[in-house]
Amino acid sequence: MPEWLRVILFIIFVLSFAGLNAAYLVWCERKGAGHIQRRIGPKEVGPFGLLQPLADGAKLMSKQLFLPKGVDPILFMVAPLMVMVPAIMSFCVIPFSETFVAREINLGLLMIFAFASVNVLGLLLGSWGSANKYALIAGARCVSQNVAYEIPMLITTITMVMVTNTMNLNEIVRSQAGWFIHWHIFRLDMSLLMPVSFLIFFVCSLAETNRAPFDMAEAESELIAGAYTEYPGMGFGVFFMGEYANIVIGCALTAILFLGGWQAPIPLNFGGFLGVLWGMSWFFLKLYALIFTVIWIRWTYPRTQFYELLNLSWKVLIPISLFNLILTALQIKIFPWL
Amino acid sequence: MSGYFKELISGTKSLFIGLGITGKYFFEPVVTLQYPHEHLEMTPRYRGHIELIPNEETGEPKCIACGMCQKGCPSGCIEVKGEKREGVKGKVVTKYILNFTTCSLCGQCVESCKFGALRFSKEYNLASPRKEDFIFDLIEKLKEKS
Repeated sequence: MPEWLRVILFIIFVLSFAGLNAAYLVWCERKGAGHIQRRIGPKEVGPFGLLQPLADGAKLMSKQLFLPKGVDPILFMVAPLMVMVPAIMSFCVIPFSETFVAREINLGLLMIFAFASVNVLGLLLGSWGSANKYALIAGARCVSQNVAYEIPMLITTITMVMVTNTMNLNEIVRSQAGWFIHWHIFRLDMSLLMPVSFLIFFVCSLAETNRAPFDMAEAESELIAGAYTEYPGMGFGVFFMGEYANIVIGCALTAILFLGGWQAPIPLNFGGFLGVLWGMSWFFLKLYALIFTVIWIRWTYPRTQFYELLNLSWKVLIPISLFNLILTALQIKIFPWL
Repeated sequence: MSGYFKELISGTKSLFIGLGITGKYFFEPVVTLQYPHEHLEMTPRYRGHIELIPNEETGEPKCIACGMCQKGCPSGCIEVKGEKREGVKGKVVTKYILNFTTCSLCGQCVESCKFGALRFSKEYNLASPRKEDFIFDLIEKLKEKS
């Protein structure tokens, strides 16, 4: 296949994947919320409410893009894009299966973290540009939250890089081949605290993507709609799509680092097209199981207080992840044959 | 220091217990009523607007148009008319209009009816933007029901 065709096909795939995910994760979220609260959730528009996202999208798109008085027009319009675009960019290094990767970059992991931090800048600019005090409070909270949670996340990532010796996402997945006990979450011989690092990484990815119980960016019970307060129609819609794309990225990274990415739990691999399908189905199974957990968590816990949220990071997650880093380093140094 | 770890472990445990509870609820059957598609049966003593009781054999109203309900109504919202027919004992009701906009559901009409021809209905889906929709012809309603 010529290179330009590959690029175009991947652009179409990534854009439609991000868009469809954003639309249908909202549907899953509402259905999940419904059933956890023993309701049904959306059911009127289309069978099982499946056309609801289209109706919501049409409604958001038909709204006027209204600029409130006193906003900074450039920042106000650019901010949603700064949340959406980096999330879509990150998809280009995610290995959906061994051969189904847009670009296999050696520093893929680093690239995702580099783009992930732009997301916060977008939120801050949006809240600053809105000229609204609630938005500004949400923006400030969001920044300190992201600064706090990026540290344990990166320390855990460094632990994983030490264990796997690579930042190439596909290489990380390849190193977990074989039975499911070879997935990193079960490799206690590499680091005794592996399940704990999985938990830390997952909690941090919740906080990084501003999901409940850490959704300080929105905090609708305290700050109206947080950073999104002044956004009409599709401005809000794009923020929302960016948020869901970020959730997908976070869960995909968790699946790749700890749950073996596209590896099947049994040592069985196929070549050619069947291999792509086999790998992709396992990857998507893990990805959507994690996303379901994210939704499940949102409808289980109340929003944490802001001080508690910072306490959790600085007093619990950072010390434990540092200890984990040292322990892993020792384990690798003392038992290098494992 | 031991308090720190104790709190950490018990806190993490409680979070998983919480997830267990919501996870269990996720698979349990829904308890809500899908209102416009499903209806709830009202309780026996519920007071809806009044309705005429039909004679079980003929299906015609039991009412003999004596007018006691009309006299007893404190709001004056009932209008009854009847006529004498050949071969029928008593009068036959020809018109029974209930103006539900002024009815307070006090039940004087039901109590004053000596022939057991009136009762409260269980009807509660009665929303309309027009006042005229609440002037009920109870004979019509009885025919619709049967």
